[in-house]
Amino acid sequence: MTSTTLPARIKSKVLTGKLALGILAVLVLLAFSLFTGVYDIFGKDDGAMMFAVTRIPRTIALVLAGAAMAMSGLVMQLLTQNRFVEPTTTGTTEWAGLGLLTMLVFFPTATLLAKMSVAIAFAFIGTMIFFLFLQRVSLKASLTVPIVGIMLGSVVGAFSTFFALSTDKLQSMGIWLAGSFTSVIRGQYEVLWIVAIVAVAIYIVADRFTVAGLGEEIATNVGLNYRQVMLLGTALIAVATGVVTVVIGNLPFLGLIVPNIVSMVRGDDLRSNLPWVCLLGIAITTICDLVGRTIIMPFEVPVSLILGVLGAVVFIFLLLRQRKVG
Amino acid sequence: MITLNSVSKQYSSTVSIGPVSLEIPTGGITALVGPNGAGKSTMLTMVGRLLGIDQGSIEVSGYDVSKTNSKDLAKIVSILRQENHFVTRLTVRQLVGFGRYPHSKGRLTQADEEIISRSIDFLDLGELEARYLDELSGGQRQRAYVAMVLAQDTDTVLLDEPLNNLDMKHSVVMMQHLQRAARELNRTIVIVLHDINFAGHYADYICAMKQGKVVHFGTPAQIMQDEILSEVFETPVNVVPGPNGPLAVYY
Ligand SMILES: Nc1ncnc2c1ncn2[C@@H]1O[C@H](COP(=O)(O)OP(=O)(O)OP(=O)(O)O)[C@@H](O)[C@H]1O
Ligand SMILES: [Mg+2]
Repeated sequence: MTSTTLPARIKSKVLTGKLALGILAVLVLLAFSLFTGVYDIFGKDDGAMMFAVTRIPRTIALVLAGAAMAMSGLVMQLLTQNRFVEPTTTGTTEWAGLGLLTMLVFFPTATLLAKMSVAIAFAFIGTMIFFLFLQRVSLKASLTVPIVGIMLGSVVGAFSTFFALSTDKLQSMGIWLAGSFTSVIRGQYEVLWIVAIVAVAIYIVADRFTVAGLGEEIATNVGLNYRQVMLLGTALIAVATGVVTVVIGNLPFLGLIVPNIVSMVRGDDLRSNLPWVCLLGIAITTICDLVGRTIIMPFEVPVSLILGVLGAVVFIFLLLRQRKVG
Repeated sequence: MITLNSVSKQYSSTVSIGPVSLEIPTGGITALVGPNGAGKSTMLTMVGRLLGIDQGSIEVSGYDVSKTNSKDLAKIVSILRQENHFVTRLTVRQLVGFGRYPHSKGRLTQADEEIISRSIDFLDLGELEARYLDELSGGQRQRAYVAMVLAQDTDTVLLDEPLNNLDMKHSVVMMQHLQRAARELNRTIVIVLHDINFAGHYADYICAMKQGKVVHFGTPAQIMQDEILSEVFETPVNVVPGPNGPLAVYY
């Protein structure tokens, strides 16, 4: 009885016409990003050089950081079964910041890679603490979860501020952590490519994260090693967050708004959603960066500020919507 | 076959379940009945290795559930819990597809798709398969969960109150389907039921629990007795002959 109805029932492919359109739209945005700026790259003699040293790295950084934070949010939401979490509402970024600060204070001459590794380690430990905390909260879908996360993050952030203040590092700390693509130039952003590896890894184990998103019991029932997947997910989130925090700074709410919008439109089939999550993450980051670069030209507003405003609005919208639904 | 060797679970100093020793034969439906809090769900989740065993051991088809790799067990035994909640937005078909995860690891083959379709059709979900779970009624969602567990295609199936929220027709259809799976495919199905008359009619064995212990185990004919049911459910029950076998009347 099934053979006749089957072809129409098989689920859709990942690569579709719509996705191609989406990619095209993002490419147009990126082109805008490449050709927007104070420096006249066509008029001046060294225009081509400036283009290669600043504009291309900045645009690549937008792509990598935007995609990485959006995907981290997605994985985190699956692992916690809560729609309101992402690295900045769980303390992960604050932990990465604390790791960075520790390096700035004790090993100021360490390489960027060393600083980053410590930030990643801190992000991992902090996220694990949050997850362990979560196991004691029975209402997983409730708002308690992000509130606990934000509180945890504030405590870590306050400690960092105090630590930075007493070691006279407050100002440099602030500059490091304010998410901004201004200082992205050739020779200083290449480590961001690490997050491309994270993206590929998430794509490969996408199904495991989706199954884990059904909860420990259903996941165990179908034979998934739940704890192992939690650890793997946490590690991937920590790497992405750590790298982005050190190279770019905080990109608040990106991991929150992107997966929610994609899920509202397309449901939660992780594998076919991933390209969309990446695209939307890139698009939002690029638009915010473009706005930041143009509203008070020739100066720049950090992208984190614009993301913060936008993210807060979407966050409130999601809250109100949740009230209506459940 | 499912074997429980003096299995017990200690929730707290005052609440403990067991020790229970029991053999559930291969093939056929075993109905687990008893009042609220008797320990039915506790027993079932321990057999399905979702809950740790404090004492004793459980074997399913010869495999010790606390020692066997979870990945291998997923092809032997599947379990549906009494309550299921998740925030992931999946369609019915995607959910049922996850029942194939132990076999396909997420890469569904043509054969998997056929099993998924069959499972969906068995539970009369064909028209709903593209709907999101949060757009279904409680009974429709319950059927989708059962379809997922059936798509897992295991010899032993454990279902905790699968008739929850189902209307008369779908309750009967589900029991008929489970009965067929048990008879034709020699599946061992353990099902928690609250309606003793469903148990009496469709089950091959009835296991009655009370206060954490198994108090009776036998065929429906042995269990469907005034004294036994009155004692188990702590309420007067009369068993009267009905058109399709004995009926318990308790109101
Ligand atoms: N997580 C838990 N912590 C502490 N006690 C528990 C827990 N789960 C169940 N219990 C207790 O164990 C006993 C058995 O519970 P169980 O859920 O197995 O009952 P049940 O027979 O399935 O009941 P029902 O028909 O209401 O589903 C009850 O007294 C219950 O209060
Ligand atoms: Mg129960």
